[in-house]
Amino acid sequence: MTTMAIDTADRLLKRPSGPNSAMDLATHLAVHGPLRIPGRDDRSFRDGILRAVAESGLLGRGGAGFPSAVKWDAVRRSARRPLLVVNAMEGEPASAKDRVLLCYSPHLVLDGAEVVAAAIGAGEIVICIADDSDPSAASVEAAIAEREAGGTRRRFAVERPPAHYVAGEESALVNWLATEQSLPFQRVDKSVPLRVGRRTALVHNAETLSQVALIARHGPGWFRGAGTADAPGTTLVTVSGAVRSPGVVEVEMGTPIADVLARSGVDAELSGVLVGGYGGAWIDPSRLSTPYAPGPLAAAGATHGVGILVALPASSCGIAETARIVRYMAGQSAGQCGPCVFGLPALADDMELLWSGRGDAELFDRVSRRAAQIEGRGACRHPDGVVRLVRSAFQAFAADAHAHAHGRPCRGHDAPTVLYLPRPRASVGRAS
Amino acid sequence: MNATLRRVAVRLRVDPVACDAYGYCAEILPERVTLDEWGYPIVDGTPVPAGLVELATRAAAECPRRAVHLEQVAAGH
Amino acid sequence: MLATSSTTLWYSTRATGIVALVLLTATMVLGILTAGRVRTRSWPAFAQADLHKRVSILAMVFLAIHVLTAILDTYVHLGWASIVVPFSSSYQPFWTGLGAVAVDLMIAVAVSSALRQRISARTWRGIHWVAYGSWPVAMAHSLGEGTDAAKLWMDALAAVCTLAVGGALAWRVADHRRARDLAARVGASTRAVHDPAPAPRSAAPTLADGNQPTTEQPHRAGSATRLLEKDRQ
Repeated sequence: MTTMAIDTADRLLKRPSGPNSAMDLATHLAVHGPLRIPGRDDRSFRDGILRAVAESGLLGRGGAGFPSAVKWDAVRRSARRPLLVVNAMEGEPASAKDRVLLCYSPHLVLDGAEVVAAAIGAGEIVICIADDSDPSAASVEAAIAEREAGGTRRRFAVERPPAHYVAGEESALVNWLATEQSLPFQRVDKSVPLRVGRRTALVHNAETLSQVALIARHGPGWFRGAGTADAPGTTLVTVSGAVRSPGVVEVEMGTPIADVLARSGVDAELSGVLVGGYGGAWIDPSRLSTPYAPGPLAAAGATHGVGILVALPASSCGIAETARIVRYMAGQSAGQCGPCVFGLPALADDMELLWSGRGDAELFDRVSRRAAQIEGRGACRHPDGVVRLVRSAFQAFAADAHAHAHGRPCRGHDAPTVLYLPRPRASVGRAS
Repeated sequence: MNATLRRVAVRLRVDPVACDAYGYCAEILPERVTLDEWGYPIVDGTPVPAGLVELATRAAAECPRRAVHLEQVAAGH
Repeated sequence: MLATSSTTLWYSTRATGIVALVLLTATMVLGILTAGRVRTRSWPAFAQADLHKRVSILAMVFLAIHVLTAILDTYVHLGWASIVVPFSSSYQPFWTGLGAVAVDLMIAVAVSSALRQRISARTWRGIHWVAYGSWPVAMAHSLGEGTDAAKLWMDALAAVCTLAVGGALAWRVADHRRARDLAARVGASTRAVHDPAPAPRSAAPTLADGNQPTTEQPHRAGSATRLLEKDRQ
């Protein structure tokens, strides 16, 4: 597998030369090639595309990494006419990949949406964009208008749920469409499909659909030509922090983290790297050769999550940044489940105690105990992400944690923050 | 047909959204439910032994929010 | 010859009415304590909730006898309808009517509780809340209609019942305020430690040269330390 192969940018982020702007339909077709999208009742197309996506081994790019073809089975088995939901909510503040796709390659996302809609027999496609991302919505609406002018067989709608960390969670998104409240719910049996009202709903991340659009054009063999056997294809990663050119890059799955960072230009010494998002994990600098793929990252105590890398310079304090993230994530709880509503603020309190040097002797044990208690006891994976982040912080910043615990200031005391934490909004829908 | 007495294994599950920390389940069946420091149930999901099934049923019935469920453990799990 | 004389019936009506009132008071107090999540080591909360249910059933049994004996007693004319249709009796329509209101409320609670598994939790709770009103209505009915009303012991009984319910309510209100303050403190502490810069998503991501679309780095607001300190104030 080649590292930093330039031609991986010839997949999702393929662009024409010349001034940069959103690709209109004609440019899009010139750049990516034509694509036949049949009506709802073309069985051979449906079976063909399902086989292609299954063979391609495509994993969802929305954070859960679930095999995409398996999701379709559950929906196709249900009798009602399904709805396809395009999840472009991008709840992770450090991620910009879905935004980039929507602003510059909206037709690639829409191609994928129409292909999947044809495959599952859906006539309606709903694109969900957070209400703080107007440029993305404008771009998609313009692309939809072009398609409607050219005669598309599907009905498109653009919805704008309120921006909130958990609002992009599948069940919360579906709940918002049904009840205007972004409240996740517990899914006991994942093979039972989601519903909006009485209609079955299939939810896919915008990037996943873009990958489907490419698989439909070039086939599963081509798709598997990049990436690894277990995690094929390319993935979009938003790189930020102590890098020269922060932004969204497209890399092969399995590219070592150090190589991904190198593309954005890291020249400072790092104290750690945040991988996968605020619900992801920290990795210490000695492990930057870890491939960016689900398996190796899980083995390193991290997660692929949403493609995110935040480089923390050696001059910054990982404990302080973690304390900020945990406090932010506690505020982003949907407020439904006790372990999350009470447990996350308790973890945030402990992290701030540690950061301020006022930690007591039992602090480490208490954090351990609380993390184990909170994990897995919410309706969604939000608290699990925070637990993973906190555990990884104690691993990656062990020396700093030790220093803080003994009241000694660390070198990162006055370093500028590298994290963006959005302004808090009203709660998702239910008062705690 | 020979009637073989088959015991269907059951286990407790809590819906964390519905739960409001009344704690009745932990009082009725401490063998399977303990409370965390905030009063919310930590459920041991292992199958309930036959002798405790009646109490487990009661725990599910007494929950004021109907958050406790007794569900069958699928064979092979 | 009547098996039951009017006097016997009349005594029965009064007696069962008073017992029903006391049991209803006990039901109220137990219900308030259950909602307030009072529990001790030897007296678990689910047992309290259970007792509350059983006492309420007992109260309704005595209420049924009270109503039955009142109807059967021919000394005053009370039609069957006047049990449930308030203010429709010819005898003391107001005070009897209050009794009918209390009966209606208690029937609503009984039916909704029997069907609890089938109705939404909110509906059940709503009906239960309205049923709080059955106690003062029953008390007023007892004092207004009862012929023992003027007697000292009846007044004393009414006072004790009122103190019990009033005391339980006062405790509950204070406890609820405590819980609400705790929740508010938890909520306040989760103010996001946010970056005061404007949201980068309000602008379209910019593209760099070549094939790497980029986004602007959000404006750095200051050190993590200062941001943490600022939000702790």
